[in-house]
Amino acid sequence: MEDIKPIMFKVTVDGVEVEVAPGTTIMQAARKIGPEVAPPAMCYYEPLKGTGGKCRACLVKVAAGSAKDPRPMPKLVASCITPVQDGMIVENFTSPQVVEARKAVVEFLLLNHPLDCPVCDQAGECHLQDFSYENGVGTTRYEEERRTFEKEDIGPYIQLHMTRCVLCYRCVYTADQLTDGRVHGVMGRGDHAEISTYIGRAIDNDFSGNVIDVCPVGALTDKTYRFKNRVWFSKPVDAHCDCEKCSGNVQLWYRGDEVIRVTARKNEWGEVKEFICNACRFEKKKTSDWVIEGPSKVKRASVISANKYAGNLIKKPDFALKLAESQYKKIDDTRPFVSEMSEIKKSEDYKTLMQQNENYFKK
Amino acid sequence: MATKILTEHISTPGIETFEVYRKKGGYTAVEKAIKKMTPDEVVEEVKKSGVRGRGGAGFPMGMKWSFLAKPEGIPRYLVCNADESEPGTFKDHYLMKNMPHLLIEGMIISSYALGANKSFIYVRGELMYVIRILEKAIEEAKAAGFLGKNILGSGYDLELVVHPGGGAYICGEETALLESLEGKRGNPRNKPPFPAVKGLYQSPTVVNNVESIATVSWIINNGGEAYAAVGVGKSTGTKLISASGHIKNPGVYEITLGLSCDEFLNSDEYCGGVRAGHRLKAVVAGGSSVPIVPGALFLKTANGEDRLMSYESLSDGGFVSGTMLGSGGFIAFDETACIVRNTWNFSRFYEHESCGQCSPCREGTGWMQKVLNRIEHGKGNMSDIDLLVDVSKKIEGNTICPLGDAAAWPVASAIRHFRDEFEWHIKHPLEATKPGAVYMGDGVLV
Amino acid sequence: MTDTNTKISFTPERLAKAKEMIARYPDGKQKSAIMPIMHLAQEQFAWMSQDVMDYVASLLDITPIEVYEVATFYTMFHLEPVGKHVIEYCRTGPCVLMGGEEVFSHLKNKLGIKKGETTADGLFTLKEVECLAACGWGPCFQIREKYYMHLNNQKVDEIIEELSK
Ligand SMILES: Cc1cc2nc3c(=O)[nH]c(=O)nc-3n(C[C@H](O)[C@H](O)[C@H](O)COP(=O)(O)O)c2cc1C
Ligand code: SF4
Ligand code: SF4
Ligand code: FES
Ligand code: FES
Repeated sequence: MEDIKPIMFKVTVDGVEVEVAPGTTIMQAARKIGPEVAPPAMCYYEPLKGTGGKCRACLVKVAAGSAKDPRPMPKLVASCITPVQDGMIVENFTSPQVVEARKAVVEFLLLNHPLDCPVCDQAGECHLQDFSYENGVGTTRYEEERRTFEKEDIGPYIQLHMTRCVLCYRCVYTADQLTDGRVHGVMGRGDHAEISTYIGRAIDNDFSGNVIDVCPVGALTDKTYRFKNRVWFSKPVDAHCDCEKCSGNVQLWYRGDEVIRVTARKNEWGEVKEFICNACRFEKKKTSDWVIEGPSKVKRASVISANKYAGNLIKKPDFALKLAESQYKKIDDTRPFVSEMSEIKKSEDYKTLMQQNENYFKK
Repeated sequence: MATKILTEHISTPGIETFEVYRKKGGYTAVEKAIKKMTPDEVVEEVKKSGVRGRGGAGFPMGMKWSFLAKPEGIPRYLVCNADESEPGTFKDHYLMKNMPHLLIEGMIISSYALGANKSFIYVRGELMYVIRILEKAIEEAKAAGFLGKNILGSGYDLELVVHPGGGAYICGEETALLESLEGKRGNPRNKPPFPAVKGLYQSPTVVNNVESIATVSWIINNGGEAYAAVGVGKSTGTKLISASGHIKNPGVYEITLGLSCDEFLNSDEYCGGVRAGHRLKAVVAGGSSVPIVPGALFLKTANGEDRLMSYESLSDGGFVSGTMLGSGGFIAFDETACIVRNTWNFSRFYEHESCGQCSPCREGTGWMQKVLNRIEHGKGNMSDIDLLVDVSKKIEGNTICPLGDAAAWPVASAIRHFRDEFEWHIKHPLEATKPGAVYMGDGVLV
Repeated sequence: MTDTNTKISFTPERLAKAKEMIARYPDGKQKSAIMPIMHLAQEQFAWMSQDVMDYVASLLDITPIEVYEVATFYTMFHLEPVGKHVIEYCRTGPCVLMGGEEVFSHLKNKLGIKKGETTADGLFTLKEVECLAACGWGPCFQIREKYYMHLNNQKVDEIIEELSK
């Protein structure tokens, strides 16, 4: 009789066993177990084909390659692109080597990253903040000058802050896979590689706005995001509309009773569930444009309800922690309403944040 | 006289032409392989020879060939890696410009063995003049019936395409090379899948170095066993070594693997010794990426045995006291060479050549370069030395492709062996930044 | 193939050559010809202006961004206007050991320009490059396709004089 191949592979991640189909990556297997063992990801993005392998945030140790060949793999591997084998044993948070490598990746990604979290639209929902908070060390040893780029205007909808980019390539894959003609890409190479259109043209077609949602940091943000409010001052509401181009399923972000921005809905890994079109994202900013479904269940990727920077998650005090603590505010809609950046800059909140931030990095 | 497998006829006038090359026995191996041997027999012969890839990694060529996936109905490709950009390495340049037909003959036999009908030679773009030489040679070989349709009436077709690069060391990495050949940026691919399964245009592909492919004709003419009889242990055959730096006779030499390092450095047949009036300080034995070692450790292993020019002997002692044969880019440094300056120079090279895809290499190479630049220019701190070691460790092994390692090793090894020189630079910034200033402390000179 | 740009186009010989280059690669893989064609373009137009890159894209039937991405990755493509002779000199370790730093500072003084600059008469552009695979024959530089090796101050003077005629 012929051997019947097992249809499911058994994999162990940090001591927890899970059964997955052949072809599953270590990352997907770990996610199946749950956030306790899921490696961080700065470049991998499940909805986008071809992503992953670049940031090295998700490195794990393969302590046993498979049941058949239980030798360990010689190097750490990127869990997001490495397929599992039956009987594979993976060490993630339990491996000191992995913990060290993660710290290194945090340090590398922050080397040239500007310290402008207090003025960054992404603060509070930034994956680099999360990643460094959960995996980094508190200090930087970098004394060299930070890299800068020439500013590029990419049109009325999207703001590009190249200095914040971590070169995950997600926005490139998004434009390739979702829009009918990519006009931006990665120019140059090495530590001068940058996201650009090269000729300063607008990134503008039906689905281009999705690059904002996939960007893990504040390199691509919504220019139409009204009042540039801090995300933790606003509350998300699920809503939909009848849209010809996309599913119309979105999240509306309210400040008081004003829609200040529209985004796609995201899963617990911070990945977009359904991409939305530019009309939904940029042009429908009135409650009357939408059918309201109710308050969103806020997932892992957002600080606003999780209060995740406080309490038992703390492993080590570090800069991200301090930043996050300093920025964390309960939603408080009774505070005075500021609408312009110049106004925000005058606010006490802002001044305190800037001061705290500055003090921290002064030493 | 040492056996000359590749360069026996290299000084013959006109050897770059089909006519002279043919007179010297050229293309007989193609005749033998295509008329008398099956592709599998050719692979078998190459396996027997034990020849290892000459591009740097030293992977046995016959074994690589036998891994090539052969799914029905999908073309297979052979790509020759002639991107040669590793500092200190200029052997492929030498071989191709002088003996283009040796490479082409090897390409024909290898393609036949692998069942490829279209094969590519990826030459770094700077060597455009060599590309023209190769293209001319291909025309000649085609006119003589050794290329094109129905080669020698055998029914086997082969087209050779010479493809220019555009200035990027990283395209020497085989998957970056394939991306580049597909007309894209030279970003190395994540592996698996390996090229043997999904390579050029997602088809099974073998990538081999120029020198590796050039050995094939001799192996077919003389047999794999005859090749394996040359050399020492698992370092079979001969190797081209390109020698530069502070020696009397810089140039390219074909050595029998297992030659003693002392003889290679000092004999007049090869480097002719350190240039007159100077003493050996350090050696980079196999191209800028391999660990730099003090002269004494190049000549003798840590156990005091004579070191040999072979894969095994050069790596004796691992990263603590050994180095690697690498691509055969031999660079000698005498006492006038500043190790700090050279380490900075090399790290600037890796920063410049990093593709920028993965964060440890993109950020780490720049960081090391900037710190070394500070030390070299009198602005270093003592803590910078350990910082460099630490950064190099954090790059090593954590990247997509080995360029990260290649950037880390020269820095780590320079500090391991020449730490006092780095310290001197930091403690004496004024002296150290005078033009031509070199630390003359207790570094072991030979 | 749509050639919309009237200013930029290959000479008939080069256009034929470009077509032949595209045909070297398997069907549907015409993008592979991008670098051969960019070299051809730089030969005619001296540098890769946006118009030139757009023209290359049209020849290959790919989007302009694909050409920009490739052109900015590889160092041989000039993204700014250059002088008549682009001197690409090697700055890497082995050439430095062979005396490269002195020879190239002499070269800079002689031309009165720094790396990346072009002489006022538009004759020479200096570009610093990494190892040219001629280390044992260094110091060396390259001007277009030609390699100049075993350089010293006197040889540099002669070459500059010859090219200034
Ligand atoms: C950064 C980097 C640069 C490389 N450059 C070259 C090169 O210029 N030429 C070469 O033959 N191999 C080079 N290699 C090695 C190739 O990846 C590959 O191993 C080799 O071409 C295989 O051929 P071989 O087995 O015949 O040596 C390089 C590898 C790396 C990681
Ligand atoms: S802009 Fe954002 S999405 Fe695009 S590569 Fe940079 S970090 Fe990634
Ligand atoms: S190690 Fe360096 S060169 Fe290799 S893929 Fe990563 S960034 Fe690119
Ligand atoms: S998430 Fe796996 S490498 Fe970036
Ligand atoms: S170092 Fe100048 S050619 Fe290699």
